[in-house]
Amino acid sequence: MRWPRWDPTDDAPTRTPEFAWTSSGGSTSSDKPGWQYDGRVTTEDLHDLDALASLTDRVRRRAYRLVADGTGPVGRDEVAEALGVGRTLAAFHLDKLVAAGLLEVSYARRSGRTGPGAGRPAKLYRPAAAEHAVSVPPRAYRSAAELLAEAVEQAGAEGTLHQVAEKHGRRAPAGADVTELLTAQGYAPAAAGPERIELRNCPFHRLAEQFPPVICGMNLAMVTGLLAGAGLDDEWEAGMDAAPGRCCVALSKK
Amino acid sequence: MTDFHLAQMNTARLRAPMEDPSNREFAEGLALMNALADRSPGFVWRLAGENGDGTIHAPADPHRIYTLSVWATPEHLRAYAYQSQHLEYLRRRREWFHPHGPEAALVLWWIPAGKVPTLRQAISRLGRLQADGPTPEAFTLREIFPAPELSRS
Repeated sequence: MRWPRWDPTDDAPTRTPEFAWTSSGGSTSSDKPGWQYDGRVTTEDLHDLDALASLTDRVRRRAYRLVADGTGPVGRDEVAEALGVGRTLAAFHLDKLVAAGLLEVSYARRSGRTGPGAGRPAKLYRPAAAEHAVSVPPRAYRSAAELLAEAVEQAGAEGTLHQVAEKHGRRAPAGADVTELLTAQGYAPAAAGPERIELRNCPFHRLAEQFPPVICGMNLAMVTGLLAGAGLDDEWEAGMDAAPGRCCVALSKK
Repeated sequence: MTDFHLAQMNTARLRAPMEDPSNREFAEGLALMNALADRSPGFVWRLAGENGDGTIHAPADPHRIYTLSVWATPEHLRAYAYQSQHLEYLRRRREWFHPHGPEAALVLWWIPAGKVPTLRQAISRLGRLQADGPTPEAFTLREIFPAPELSRS
């Protein structure tokens, strides 16, 4: 990974907001805002803002949630049915989410048939890999996290990190339901049979890709702590079970 | 058909001699992880070493070990190293190894498909990474450079 953009003029203290969102050209259209950010915003930031702004529509937000929470690619018919809207409206919102970069499209025949007569492949939607964050005022916590992770790795302080992560996890409220507990932390838990829970989202994804042993180890310690704090550790055990496309930790019944 | 493969070398310094009881689980893991690599997509080759377990001990410092292997692409190496049971061994590495501090411990570079890298070349690449940071000649999984393109006629 390259160093983040570094603007030496951008070291203002954090006392007061020193910028404002200003509308250029006085446009009132919410679809194409003419926002400018005091000359210091980057196009990437505006792209992120556009992506997130596309979620302000309630139906569209529910459509996004539905696809994001799904276990695999989802078609417009499923979304329409789940939301109780027409197929055309569902497809409209799904395609808006694709245009905003929040969803990606793939095509597959759902019936399992192939060859002539199998019908056209269905258009399916899945969450895009890109992450979007907008911070006002500008903050760079990810950069800070990368520096800290690299320092922990070089110093060999993983043991301390694990202790800290487990201790923080133990603050989980006692008596929480295991699914609610992990959902609240952003793990998107999904039962894989009665004896096992997989975590479809890694809350530390980008960092975990860059520093897998450090961050996945931290994550395991944290989930272990969460289970203990919630009093679920006599029923569930967290363990490393790395696989593509999901969190490196999985839970198994004791 | 790709013209280049990815060579990787990593090095670590053991806290205790290999035969020490504290290294038992690491030593047992070597056979398991080598077997896992052998059946992983994209695995091409590894330097087996004197013990045949894929670890090469530096003559001047027996606590210093190296592994040297070749993979089809960085994605294949990443899938094996970080998205398999191998990650659990990486997570536990401080039980067996000293932290590497500011020194580079893993280096990647592109080699023509079919060629086999030597440990001497690998140590030289690690030195380049240490001196110059990531470049197309010596880089890491955190900053991957694309394979060179052969001119075709």
